[in-house]
Amino acid sequence: MKWDWQVFLQDTGGGQTYLEWLMSAWGWTLSVALCALVVALLVGSLMGILRTVPNKWLVLLGNSWTELFRNIPLLVQIFLWYHVIPSIFLALRGVPSFMLVVFALGFFTSARIAEQVKAGIQTLPKGQRYAGLAVGLTLPQTYRYVLLPMAFRIVIPPLTSESMNIIKNSSVAFAVSIAELTMFAMQAQEETSRGIEIYLAVTGLYFISAFAINRIALFIENRVQVPGMIGGGK
Amino acid sequence: MTALDFSFFNWNVVSGFVIKGFFFSIQLTLIAMIGGIALGTVLALMRLSGKPWLVMPAAAYVNTLRSIPLVMVILWFFLLIPLLIGRPMGAELSAVITFTVFEAAYYSEIMRAGIQSVPKGQVYAGYAVGMNYAQCMQLVVLPQAFRNMLPVLLTQTIILFQDTSLVYAIGAYDLLKGFEVAGKNFNRPVETYLVAAVVYFVICFSLSMLVRRLQQKIQIIR
Repeated sequence: MKWDWQVFLQDTGGGQTYLEWLMSAWGWTLSVALCALVVALLVGSLMGILRTVPNKWLVLLGNSWTELFRNIPLLVQIFLWYHVIPSIFLALRGVPSFMLVVFALGFFTSARIAEQVKAGIQTLPKGQRYAGLAVGLTLPQTYRYVLLPMAFRIVIPPLTSESMNIIKNSSVAFAVSIAELTMFAMQAQEETSRGIEIYLAVTGLYFISAFAINRIALFIENRVQVPGMIGGGK
Repeated sequence: MTALDFSFFNWNVVSGFVIKGFFFSIQLTLIAMIGGIALGTVLALMRLSGKPWLVMPAAAYVNTLRSIPLVMVILWFFLLIPLLIGRPMGAELSAVITFTVFEAAYYSEIMRAGIQSVPKGQVYAGYAVGMNYAQCMQLVVLPQAFRNMLPVLLTQTIILFQDTSLVYAIGAYDLLKGFEVAGKNFNRPVETYLVAAVVYFVICFSLSMLVRRLQQKIQIIR
């Protein structure tokens, strides 16, 4: 077979080239992934913290959240957000599908992040918690000033790999017609029958995106490294 | 809020649409698990062999597959296999091959960690009593590694079962597709998606509870 990279300069019939479409698809992939990452970090941290507090109802809430979002396939969760929730809660009918996918992906990932945050807090010696409470800090203050600053540094490496996973998992958004990279790959492949060139370009962009996240996370990890600790980048 | 109506959902719907997909999902999971663990073990042994001509291809295989989204891998294989063998291939068979190859990358990382968790003294002890590399691996290291890694391997299999729903991308008829077709036929997509979610949840949640119990048992033995 012969390469034909000029396929990217062809017109799609909609007044743009396939290259322009590819770039806009990359933008959608990054937007979905990054917005979902923000949701996942916020909700996941909250749920992870709840799983470690001395209140069995809050622990139960955190645990149920994690189990619920971890044991349903992402594709099914996206369908739930896209087809089921708007038809049960009619008020949500006008919400754009982009937002629905962001919440689906964000909540799905939040379960994994909750698991990491919980593990991070639990690896700290119990004495740190007691020390915080003993010097008269309230429980929220103990978390804010004693436990979380250490726990978050510990969980940066697993959070990095979750952030890279979220780029990969954003590909599932094709199923509800978000114009992201995988959607582009499927449609452009069908229209041009230059599948290999198209797929190579898309796969390359996924590589680059995940690698960029990896570098940014490594940078953060080095910046917040606690002096005197073994961990933290190099 | 619209009323949900599950009344259409009876045994005929299940046996007509869902069962076929359910069996395919199970079949896909089991074949990919067995094939993936076998291939993954080979890859892990290659990466731990210390010989560059074995380490490099195995590392390239694992790292490449682990950095590509599974949906893209499914699409790649669906596109490439027919080009290589010169004739079209069904979505179901293509999915089986894809998942075996893809999961091998993940299983091999688990196996590698498992093998590395066996103390070096065990290997030396094996060599000291006159075993060669293959015997030492087969009789001393791998049995221990498998036991260390069993819970993680099973957890990965639960993830694999969830991931089988992604064969949606090439239109293979799996559990989710079964529910979707049923929903389209009875014009009740909302209800069928809900039932699909519940079914996946019940299966994955009970399996992960079993894995947790197994993990506790194994921990006591060690």
